[in-house]
Amino acid sequence: MSPLIQEEPLTLDTFLRGIWKENPVFVTLLGTCPTLAVTNSATNAISMGLATLFVLLCSNVLVSLLRKSIPKQVRIASYIVLIASFVTVVDYAIQAISLEVYNALGAFIQLIVVNCIILGRAEAYASKQRVINTVVNSIGTGIGFTVALLCLGVVREVLGAGTLFGVPLFGERFQPWVLMVLPAGGFFVLAGWLLLIEFFKQRRERRALEQQGATVHGR
Amino acid sequence: MSTELPVQPIQAGSPSVSMIRSLGLVSLICGFSVAIAYQWTKPYVDENQRITTERAVRAVLPTAMQQKAFVLGASGIAPAAPDSPAESAVFVGYDGAGRIVGIAARGAARGYADLVQVMYAYQPACGCINAVKVVKMNETPGLGDKVIKDPDFLKNFEALDARPNAEGAALANPIVTVKHGTKRDAWQIDAISGATVTSKAIGRGLDQSAERLVPLIHRHIAALEAAGR
Repeated sequence: MSPLIQEEPLTLDTFLRGIWKENPVFVTLLGTCPTLAVTNSATNAISMGLATLFVLLCSNVLVSLLRKSIPKQVRIASYIVLIASFVTVVDYAIQAISLEVYNALGAFIQLIVVNCIILGRAEAYASKQRVINTVVNSIGTGIGFTVALLCLGVVREVLGAGTLFGVPLFGERFQPWVLMVLPAGGFFVLAGWLLLIEFFKQRRERRALEQQGATVHGR
Repeated sequence: MSTELPVQPIQAGSPSVSMIRSLGLVSLICGFSVAIAYQWTKPYVDENQRITTERAVRAVLPTAMQQKAFVLGASGIAPAAPDSPAESAVFVGYDGAGRIVGIAARGAARGYADLVQVMYAYQPACGCINAVKVVKMNETPGLGDKVIKDPDFLKNFEALDARPNAEGAALANPIVTVKHGTKRDAWQIDAISGATVTSKAIGRGLDQSAERLVPLIHRHIAALEAAGR
């Protein structure tokens, strides 16, 4: 471990960063494969988000615990083995909890192994920080991912199937907008959310600039 | 003149040893966690699978009071175990008096996106399939998944002909899916227009499974009936 790397103090930002400022889906655009593929219903989105949160938390805690004993030459190999093991654990756990959810998520549970959010967090954060910081940061990032998937899942399920968590919302006469639950719908809804978030971000920045200008020049 | 570099012997404390040691440690932790998770979840996973199968059998044989699973072979019948091959297992439904009300079996064939798995009910008395339920599929919503609810398509399975031939070695007529609106015979399935690939997958799955199991069912029908009493 290089002595140059600073361990950061534990703050509220350690937790909130993954939810808002560095949201894996809406800001850093990582893990788009499961984001687009399994958000065709709110239940699938939550299940995928929680499965990823579990793998992220467990593997990163171990990466952080072992950070001083894993030589840098074999670190990627070690991280991938750790991540793959926890994905296998989650795979069994989901099969034990609900076969319907397991069948709906299909191959995307196994594909959590190559989700770049997890390896990214392990490499950029857990391998350099204390366990407590890693726990807090991983939970934040996992919640950020789950919330983002849920945002997509809710919109796609309501528009594409007329239901929310499987409960019908509009009655018999509703004609579902099937495109929304197809892969193309994932792209449209993600683009819609990115547009909305960017709009609010730019508006806030513009207001901050205006306020700064007013303070400097006076009214 | 040789240009080979001398090979350094691995010594304790060298980077190679620490690499092997840490990879070994990581593998040990991972091996333990996977093995424990497998052992811990196995009974729950088996139970879930049993419930799912039982529910599918009940859906195609709603009048059965009890169901028993058997494996059919050329030489006879045997009670099914959890690890018996799915393609030779049947679920026999009996009424209160122990009479057979129908025999459920599984069929599967490749659809548009993935394997389409069905459970169907076979009536030995009429030599026909009278119920089909899709157990697992991943077909396109709005197109392929019409096979679950489309009333015209489900009408195909009110009495789909699946009689064995005179020699009792195969089906008298193979079950085939035909283009929408061209069904003429009782062993044909009228496809849904717009979901042809999925309709054909169901037809193929039924044909392959019935081709193997129907002759065996008729050969061992007396033994299956006796098992219910």
